Amino acid sequence: MEKFTTLTAIVAPMDRANVDTDAIIPKQFLKSIKRSGFGPNLFDEWRYEDVGQPDMDNSKRPLRKEFVLNQPRYQGAKILLARENFGCGSSREHAPWALKDFGFDVIIAPSFADIFFNNSFKNGILPIILDEKVVDELFNETFAAEGYELTVDLSAQKIVKPNGDEIRFDVDSFRKHCLLNGLDDIGLTLQHAEEIKAYEESRKASKAWLYAN
Amino acid sequence: MAGKTLYDKLWDDHVVRQEEDGTALIYIDRQLLHEVTSPQAFEGLRLAGRKPWRIEANLATCDHNVPTTELKGGVESIEDPVSRIQVQTLNMNAKEFGITEFGMGDPRQGIVHVVGPEEGKTLPGTTLVCGDSHTATHGALGALAHGIGTSEVEHVLATQCLIQKKMKNMLIKVDGQLKPGVTPKDVILAIIGKIGTAGGTGYAMEFGGQVFRDMSVEGRMTVCNMAIEGGARVGLVGVDEKTVEYVKGRPFAPKGELWDQAVEAWKDLHSDDDAVFDKVIEMDGAEIQPQVSWGTSPEMVLDVDGIVPDPDKEADSVKATSIRNALNYMGLQPGTPIKDIPVEYVFIGSCTNSRIEDLRAAAEVLKGRKKSDKVELAIAVPGSGLVKQQAEAEGLDKIFIEAGFEWRNPGCSMCLAMNADRLPSGKHCASTSNRNFEGRQGAGGRTHLVSPEMAAAAAVAGHFVDVRDML
Repeated sequence: MEKFTTLTAIVAPMDRANVDTDAIIPKQFLKSIKRSGFGPNLFDEWRYEDVGQPDMDNSKRPLRKEFVLNQPRYQGAKILLARENFGCGSSREHAPWALKDFGFDVIIAPSFADIFFNNSFKNGILPIILDEKVVDELFNETFAAEGYELTVDLSAQKIVKPNGDEIRFDVDSFRKHCLLNGLDDIGLTLQHAEEIKAYEESRKASKAWLYAN
Repeated sequence: MAGKTLYDKLWDDHVVRQEEDGTALIYIDRQLLHEVTSPQAFEGLRLAGRKPWRIEANLATCDHNVPTTELKGGVESIEDPVSRIQVQTLNMNAKEFGITEFGMGDPRQGIVHVVGPEEGKTLPGTTLVCGDSHTATHGALGALAHGIGTSEVEHVLATQCLIQKKMKNMLIKVDGQLKPGVTPKDVILAIIGKIGTAGGTGYAMEFGGQVFRDMSVEGRMTVCNMAIEGGARVGLVGVDEKTVEYVKGRPFAPKGELWDQAVEAWKDLHSDDDAVFDKVIEMDGAEIQPQVSWGTSPEMVLDVDGIVPDPDKEADSVKATSIRNALNYMGLQPGTPIKDIPVEYVFIGSCTNSRIEDLRAAAEVLKGRKKSDKVELAIAVPGSGLVKQQAEAEGLDKIFIEAGFEWRNPGCSMCLAMNADRLPSGKHCASTSNRNFEGRQGAGGRTHLVSPEMAAAAAVAGHFVDVRDML
């Protein structure tokens, strides 16, 4: 996994609550057996005028000009600003794959759906939960100033605004450690293989019915 | 010391290793696999040269991409090449890694959340995961079950564990008795309407009270299935005699002496009387009416007698925007009675409502009736090949067909339209599925979530009606 340390980037505002994973990456794109290449179909139904299919040349499709990610001022954005319950719905990891492939490394929202939140960390995306009022302020500032940028410093757990104001954020220490070092969870868990085996053996002895079939 | 909740008990029993920061390594007893969220996990194993930790812990079946129309040629006959490759990839991976798979043509093939309990792969007291958010379904049997992403599918394949933090405990207590014609689907929709789609975020959601004690195990599956629509990854119901009776004799369930040991071990699988929950929601079952969703989020749901809301009367600006977006997408005006919404498509199926009891309930309403001419397509899609066989043995297929429904083969079908079963743009569908998100059943399609009984009634009327007027 890619390391995440600090990032300074343009912020794109996704001003809707309960953005679900079907909206982030519609189901027709889940048929791929790869992890990459989902970016062009991120928010497909909101982004394009036509109905997208996996085999299309996306560069030739008509865009919905008013959609936030199609607006020239938000090109190159790596920070997505969102509303409550972002990423609700299905467990598809294709959602963070699409966001990452598009270029987003950070998502800021007042709340996230659990599975999406978890999946983001596994893919080098930092989801940040901030107070609703603070998120509101960030929306206002993003709308007000073209080219509005934030700096996200994971190590110091702070966001720095263009005027120098700082916003502290919380992050789980284990997840922070993994992101900062780009660590693979499976490798970490397998360091405890002996403990897993011991647990399994005791379980086989006390709960043989679990291992009958 | 206060007693433990069911979730506490299940969690404590599966901790392999506890870190100081609250992170724990949790042992996973069972994993169910399907074709959409597993290919990249198997690819990851292959690239790292890893093998599954315990092959028999896994069971695979294909469901999302499977056609539901009559097919003779098996996987080769899937017309969409991308869908075909995904199903073929699962077949290949299951074979390569030695995992049991119920493939196309096997009578045991079906929707993963129907197959697990039906086969006895889902057992009380176990931890069970699947790369699908509706894994919460299996909590109906007193299993700690939740959906995971593909990275975690790979993690469980490789280590038989997950890195987790404990969730908080939530109790949804519904006492009293449901009125006739009010179903488990109405109960869970009413709960989501009350707590909202993020109401259970961060919680394991246990369903307790008279209503759930009286409910069949299949009904409990319908309820737990949609815990995720209320934000909770985990839904749970305590184990009772009904649970034990349900599991007994199923192919993967323990037998003989091991069965007796298992039943003994399951006796404690309920929350203690003095258990403390972080959040408790109480509702009166007698007050729940048949539900119909009107918008593009499962929380946008109303009693069948309700009227579509007016965004101008909503004080919260974010909510008002959500209502406006939903009305626009659904093609509805504020103030429209639910019963005036036309129904052009009917879908009875999905991991929420495709079990034998669901089909029986819908057939009961359809018996001797015909679908309205206004309904362009009505399909009944059993949850598995075995459910289909059972329904046919009871003659339910004939009732559906005589009522003008198409009787299909098992799969996820029009719940999320990854196969060829799609809701056309602009059409309203009475659907027994679980999500009414924009584009979920097909780009531009307008989903209304209802019970199987209400879907059948809507098929007959050509618009939403109170099924109780037809019983």
